[in-house]
Amino acid sequence: MTARNPLSALKSHLSAACAAAALLLAAGGAEAADLNALIWCDHSDPALLEPFEKANDVKVNVKEFEGTGAGLAIVDQSQPGDWDVMVIDSIDVPRGVEKGLFEPLPVDKLPFADLFPEVKMDKSTIVDGKRYGITEKFGYNTIGFNKTKVDPADMQSLASLTSDKYKGKVAIYDYYLPVIGMAALAIGKKTADLTEADLPALKAELLKMKANAKLVGEVTASQTALATGEVDILVGGGEWVTAGLAKENPALDFSIPKEGAVLWSQSLAMFKDSKNKDMALKFIQYIMSPEGQARLATSSCYWGMPANKTAALTDEQKKILRFDEQPGFLARAQAYPAPNADLDKKMQDMWTEMLQAQ
Amino acid sequence: MSVSGSNPRALPWALVTPALAWTCAFFVLPFIAMGFSSLTGHEGGGFTLANYSQFFTDPSYWRAMVNSLEVTAIVTVISILLAYPFAWILAEMVPERWQRLALMLAVLPFWTSYVVRSYSWLLVLAQNGVINRALTGIGLIGEPLQLANTRFATVTGFVHFFVMLLTLTIFANLKQLSPSYRKAAADLGAGPVRTFLHVVLPLTLPGIMVGAFLTFVLCIGDYITPQILGGNNELVMPQLVMLQIGRRGDFPLASALSIILMAVVTIAYLACARWLKIERA
Repeated sequence: MTARNPLSALKSHLSAACAAAALLLAAGGAEAADLNALIWCDHSDPALLEPFEKANDVKVNVKEFEGTGAGLAIVDQSQPGDWDVMVIDSIDVPRGVEKGLFEPLPVDKLPFADLFPEVKMDKSTIVDGKRYGITEKFGYNTIGFNKTKVDPADMQSLASLTSDKYKGKVAIYDYYLPVIGMAALAIGKKTADLTEADLPALKAELLKMKANAKLVGEVTASQTALATGEVDILVGGGEWVTAGLAKENPALDFSIPKEGAVLWSQSLAMFKDSKNKDMALKFIQYIMSPEGQARLATSSCYWGMPANKTAALTDEQKKILRFDEQPGFLARAQAYPAPNADLDKKMQDMWTEMLQAQ
Repeated sequence: MSVSGSNPRALPWALVTPALAWTCAFFVLPFIAMGFSSLTGHEGGGFTLANYSQFFTDPSYWRAMVNSLEVTAIVTVISILLAYPFAWILAEMVPERWQRLALMLAVLPFWTSYVVRSYSWLLVLAQNGVINRALTGIGLIGEPLQLANTRFATVTGFVHFFVMLLTLTIFANLKQLSPSYRKAAADLGAGPVRTFLHVVLPLTLPGIMVGAFLTFVLCIGDYITPQILGGNNELVMPQLVMLQIGRRGDFPLASALSIILMAVVTIAYLACARWLKIERA
């Protein structure tokens, strides 16, 4: 155990005082008998939550967040036991484990055998031999496009993203890890092998993408840009952008180019200090069930592939998600870059430089 | 028994205590926490100035401050130029009985959600939006202009909001202006233009300055408008702050950047206060 310096101690006390003040105001919002879930927007769909609430006579209180950092900050400012379950980027499960937040999951009570093997993400969801997260949904950061505006054959290569042919027709999804992953694929690097030495080449590729782009937008902005025809191509897009809009705009599609795509996946984890672990496990079991998986996959916020192969999707939903093509897609996909803290910071600074480049 | 009866000093303190407690709880304490946080590293550890040095040594970081100041200056100037004649028309040309309704109509944009308003502008300025369709429809342009996802779009969104704010402050100032000033100027032979330039404008400068300062503060600290309308083609300070929090949760660096931003706002406030003091003197 290391002694804390006075500055850290003071900072900690002040933070605790602020958090206590905030919690006093928020008191009454969440009750121990309820299930309190820190989630991404796809979990707040009533069509997903209501069947579970009715079946178990429980209220699921949800708090949405974007980005692991923001989610962990909410946990930091809460009391132990305030939260029961959390949705988290699969690659970030170890961050929660390092902070001592998560409970190992009972492997025998969850349908691990039904998951697509490629998305189990053992490297990040298993720590010291214990599994702390279960992948619930996945997809690809790849090329999303309007097939009536671009040549679909061009979308089979990442080189098209930087070609003059599509200058000003491109939007870039504003999340540095997957897009840096795509830049890595474009220059022939494996996302898992990226080191600091690769940063100059990655930066050059990102700057070429930026020079071709009209905008760099978060989920809603990039989706809107593609849907309204402001751009014809979305770098980092995939089924999470196109599938939900398929009925209104069937021209939207995505490709897995010859260089590959970046696999995103989100996991569910249970909090070690949860006061309602039985219900938390029931919730995870529900989400991982065929019915829960189908509802999560087609959530109103964004669609994505269910991690469970037995998800009760209709034929039409499977077609939109290109369910039957998944084995081929997964074989060509590479995981998110999972840099250590130092490289992560350098990647984010490189992203900042790209955003500021004129 | 009354509070003032037992101790004459107690009543003022009793009255200001809630405000002081509120300010301490929601400004002073968080600010001190933020100050200490900014002096630590992301992974913990002791005292460090690394977060501040990153801002001053990394061009893409201080570029965000330059962008913020440029956008804020442009927005403030355009808003004043649009708001002054608008406030003048409301105060001088609209009959007194219609002024209340006119003011209410003027502040209507405040009634809609800030986010919804920004997305509405995005659709108006889009390639297939109203403006581009109108311009191509009447043959003024052959190809749609890139209006959305630019600094122009950010400035447009801001100006739409701040013109209303400045109109209110300038209108209030104009209404307080006694008509006798203008009559006296006319008696002394000044024409309408001269009266405006040498009498009305100087007397309404405090209203302009207050509105300009409010515009400066709200504009330089705004995240939503540049995020939605600017297309991330350049970052301003609030976006840079948010970028540190999203995935990495680097609160120390975000705190340092926020304190630098607050320092700039404080300097603007001091300059404004000093100017108003000089004017009064």
